[in-house]
This record gives sequence, structure tokens and C-alpha cells, in this order.
Amino acid sequence: MATVETRALRKEFTGHTAVDGVDLAIQEGEFLVLLGPSGCGKTTLLRMIAGLETQTSGDILIGGRLVNDLPPRARKIAMVFQSYALYPHLSVAKNIAFPLKAQGAPRASIAGEVERAAKMFGIERLLQRKPRQLSGGERQRVALARAMVRHPDVFLLDEPLSNLDAKLRNLARDELKQFQRRLGTTTIYVTHDQVEAMGLGDRIAVMNGGKVRQLGRPQEVYDEPADTFVAGFLGSPPMNLVPMEGVLVGFRPEQLLPPAAAAREDAGATVPMRFAVERVEHLGAGRLLYGTLPDYAPNEKIIVSLAYTVHSSIEAGHSYDFRVHLSNLKFFDPATGVRVPARPLPARRSA
Amino acid sequence: MTAPALARPRIAERAAGVTDSAPWLGRLMLAPAVVYIALVVGVPFLMAIGYSFSTVTIGTSTPRFVGLENFRSALEDTAFLKALGNTAIFSLVSQTLVIVLASILAIALQRKFRGKWFVRLLILLPWVAPISLGSIGWLWIFDPVYSVINWTLRHVGIFGPDTWPIWLGQPNLAMASIIGVHVWRTMPLATVISLGGLSSIPQDIHDAAEVDGAGFFRHLFVITLPLVLPILLVAVLFGLVFSITDMIVVYVLTRGGPFDSTQVLASLAFFKSIDGGDLSGGAAVALFLLPVLAVCAVLLLRLARRAEVV
Repeated sequence: MATVETRALRKEFTGHTAVDGVDLAIQEGEFLVLLGPSGCGKTTLLRMIAGLETQTSGDILIGGRLVNDLPPRARKIAMVFQSYALYPHLSVAKNIAFPLKAQGAPRASIAGEVERAAKMFGIERLLQRKPRQLSGGERQRVALARAMVRHPDVFLLDEPLSNLDAKLRNLARDELKQFQRRLGTTTIYVTHDQVEAMGLGDRIAVMNGGKVRQLGRPQEVYDEPADTFVAGFLGSPPMNLVPMEGVLVGFRPEQLLPPAAAAREDAGATVPMRFAVERVEHLGAGRLLYGTLPDYAPNEKIIVSLAYTVHSSIEAGHSYDFRVHLSNLKFFDPATGVRVPARPLPARRSA
Repeated sequence: MTAPALARPRIAERAAGVTDSAPWLGRLMLAPAVVYIALVVGVPFLMAIGYSFSTVTIGTSTPRFVGLENFRSALEDTAFLKALGNTAIFSLVSQTLVIVLASILAIALQRKFRGKWFVRLLILLPWVAPISLGSIGWLWIFDPVYSVINWTLRHVGIFGPDTWPIWLGQPNLAMASIIGVHVWRTMPLATVISLGGLSSIPQDIHDAAEVDGAGFFRHLFVITLPLVLPILLVAVLFGLVFSITDMIVVYVLTRGGPFDSTQVLASLAFFKSIDGGDLSGGAAVALFLLPVLAVCAVLLLRLARRAEVV
């Protein structure tokens, strides 16, 4: 176990900056998720921490020790790759034993350690197989077993679930979190999937354009986005951003509600907003309503998400009086996208 | 619709037919290669098999079938036995050297460094340069009077005033020399094949080995070489078959001498049948290693398939 810290970390490839001055401090035993769209620099950042990529400038500290010039093998880290990167010519047992042998672990102890790791991930019966004889889920477990077998200080995981099918992914996510809790190993996890990030992370670092746009607990990042990028990247569908007189007003699709549903929630004052519904999608677990706010921004499409527990009858082509809690409105500077303090809503166009 | 209106598109369909049908297009495109190989390799090959069982010489018009007589007499010929041994030494030593050196070169060429394109060019040069030109260069390098090797080594001080080896004139040195030239000549192909094999290993595998703590030698011997082995075997196969069947280096540099010390089966077959006129005897010598080559090819291909991964 160890802390991981990056200080003003930069990586430039010819012609573009992949990571642009990242400062992060990851606590001991923490599960930190690096979340962002592809090309945002999250994998490059992870590879620099691993030592597979050399930073252009800045420092990396693992367990308080400066590791800038240390090769990957000296950093006491283990990594799980998106492709799993199992050694295709070695059996599962030899794959798991590889880091131990490379470390020079005593021969006698290796078999026992391999057994223990295999048992932990339920792959004892696969030990003699070759990677090509395994399913995707089994490969992923072997990769995890190979990573944890030598008790690293830090786990680095690069989209380890993205090659699994959707059903297996939920299961694997749950298991991964449990293993991490049990081992208590500091973990840095890269993903572009916000559901994984929300579900797994103790904290999430949302990245874009090589910079960390926001760092915080999942709920914090979701509820209080620092800028329009974070507001738009998290949530499905993303936050509605409505331009109103020099400011962008944001609210989540599930926060604009029919009056009956809004009233049931206890917190604070609500603001009425007339919502012109153009289309209704029935999604089983709820409804998505597409429409506009004719009183504020008649040309801006917004989406409202109603849970199946909201029974109000809504039809396309009609307008309804919806309400949103005042505390749910977030305000952003339209030029920079940065969050600004709450302010009163502008007057409605037609009262 | 009327009949004439239907007829027109049908003609267009037929015109497009040959190139649209995958099986026929395939046959069409393979045909030149098949015809070429049949005429230039297949026919002479069958003729040689026919000759080896008969008494054809340059000038005979009535060959007689003699069964395995040509092979039996070859086995009693000391020149043949010597050539057989030389062929074994020549191919095994040269290909061992080639595979080791080509692997090292390929691994070095995978790294990024300044002037890499120039090194690549230098390495490929022996392969693209005409072999007769290259060999003539080597003739000069090994020249008994003007040998640049001797001249350089003497000026550097490694050779004393009394040391002046005659590279192509002393039996052991002559063998070493033709092996050296053959290695120089066949290494580029092996290097290119190994490079292909190396670049087929995903970068993730190398990264994983790095993170897992493997040092240079463990990485090389436990991960890289086993993964590239199937493709290295293909390079070995090519190299062996090429070394056993080729005679140009021997022909240009030593003509098999001194005292048959560099005579290989291919060159012996040539001297016997073309220079000596004994077409049957030459054919028998040339075909002698055919079963060995065939077994060698089947074995290596099978090994390659078994070692194949992913």
C-alpha cells in the first residue's frame, strides 16, 4: 500500500500535449478512477505512473518516493491491461508465476502463492490451460491474479472491463470492488465509462484535453460539476444546459418533474417551468421526454427523464407545468464553461 | 417486358462474369505463376528424376534404365561423400550463425535510434545487390596478395610480419570464408523475417513483462524469443533449403577447391553433369538430398504450426 502523487506532470508527443500539468494526490488504499473520453490523456497518465512512458516534465511519487527515473519493475506496481496482455505461450499457472519469478521469489514459495491467487479469483481448475483456451471473463481473472500475486503497492488498471460483454461487466465490476476492498491496495483505474467510474471510484478525476477538470467523490462530481464538460460527460442523458440571458443554466434530466412528483420531494423551493413535450420514449424502467422550455429558450432541445414511479400522463404535442428545485439549478459561464455562483433566474418571456 | 430488352443486360452480365466469379478469378491470377513454375522448375525436375535412373551423358542418344545404380556409385565416390559432409557443415554452421545474428539485429532494429534507416539500408544491401557483384567484391577481400583483411589486421598489429593467411587457398579457411560470405548474403532475409515476427508481438505483452519485473534476459528468453519462434523457424527453413541447394558462392569464390574442401552437393552436381558431361551422375547427386529436404520442410512447417500462438 502506498500513496501516489503527481506534480505538474506533462507529456508532449510531437505536435500535441497528451497530459498537461496534472496534479493528483491519491491516498493510501484509495480507489481513484481516471474518467474521460478517448484521447483525453488518461491512459498516458497511467502509463507514466507505471513507468512505461517517460514524462516530459513533472514528478511522480509513489509512497513518498520520487520514482521519475525508476524503471517499471522498481516501482512496486502491477498493471492490468485492456487486452489483459497474458503471455500466450505460457500456461495460466506460469503466467501468474511470472512476476514472482522475475522478482526472484524463492522457488519453494511460488507454487503456493500461485495457488492462493488462483483460489482468490476462482480459477484453480484453469491453471494448466493456455490463455487462448479461456473465455474473456476467465482471461480477465487471470490478469487480475497475475497482478495481485506479488502484493504490489499500487494497482494500475487500464479499462480492464471493456472487453467483457455487458452482463459479465456488471458482475466483474462488483467483484473487482470487493477484491480491492479486501486487499486495501491503492488503485488507479482508467475508464471512459461513467457507470464504471461512478460505481467503483472512491474519487473520480474527470479528464479532458490532458487536464483534470474535476476531482471528487462520485456524487460530488455528478451533483456539483465544475464545468460544462463534466456536466455533459457524466449522466445519461447528460445535464441539460439552457442558455438564459448571458448564463448557462444546467439541470439534470431527472430533476425537472411534473408538479405532483416535485412536490413529494421535501427539499426547498421549486421553480415552475413550462415544458413543451415533442416526443415521448417509453424505455421500460422510465420515460424520456424530448421538448423545449418555451418561456426561457424555445429553440433549445432539452431532455427530461421520468422514473417509472412517476405516473403523470404526458403526451407529445402538449405543454405541462413542470418544476425544478432551486438547489438543482447550476450556473455556468457560457464563454469559459466554468461554474459560476447561483443567481436568480431571468424573468420568463411570457408570464 | 419484351425479349430484346432482356437480352441486353444478359450480355453485360456475361462480360463481367470472369472477374466477378471468385474461383475463376483466382485461377486466372494464379495461372501465370503455375505455368512458370511448371515449365522452369517442374519440367527440369522431372527430367532430372528420369536422368538419375538412367545413363544419360551429353551426347548419348539412347539412354538405358539402370535403376539405383547412379546413387550406388555416388555413395562409393569419395568426392561425393566429402561434398555431402561439406554441405552439412556449410548449411548448419551458416544457418546457426544467421539465425543468431539476424535475431540480434532484428531486436536492435526494433528500437528507435538516430540513423536507423541508414542501418536498415546497409543490412538490406547484400540482399538487393547482385550476388555476382558481391562475390567479386569478396574475391578481392580474400585475394591472396591484396587481401584487405590481412592488410588491415597487419596494420592494426594483430597479424605479425609472418602471418599472411591465404583465405581461399587453405582448406579450413576456405570453408570459413564461404560460410562467412553466405552468412553475409542470407542474413538480410532472415533479419526481415525476424523483424516481421517481432513486430507481430503486441506492445501490451512487452509492457506487461516490463511491469511484471522482467529484466532484459528474462524478457528476451522467456517472452520475446518463444513468441517469435514460429516465425524464426520459417526463416531457418528458408535458410537451410537455400544453403543446401545453392552453389553460387562456392562457384564464384573457390570452384569447390582447394582439394574439394569447399565442394558442396550443388556445385558437385554442376561440375559433374555440365562440365563433366555425366548428366545422370550429376542428377543423382543433385537429387540425393531431396528426401532430406522434403522431410526437413515438413518437420519445420509442422513445428511452426504447433508453436503458433494466439
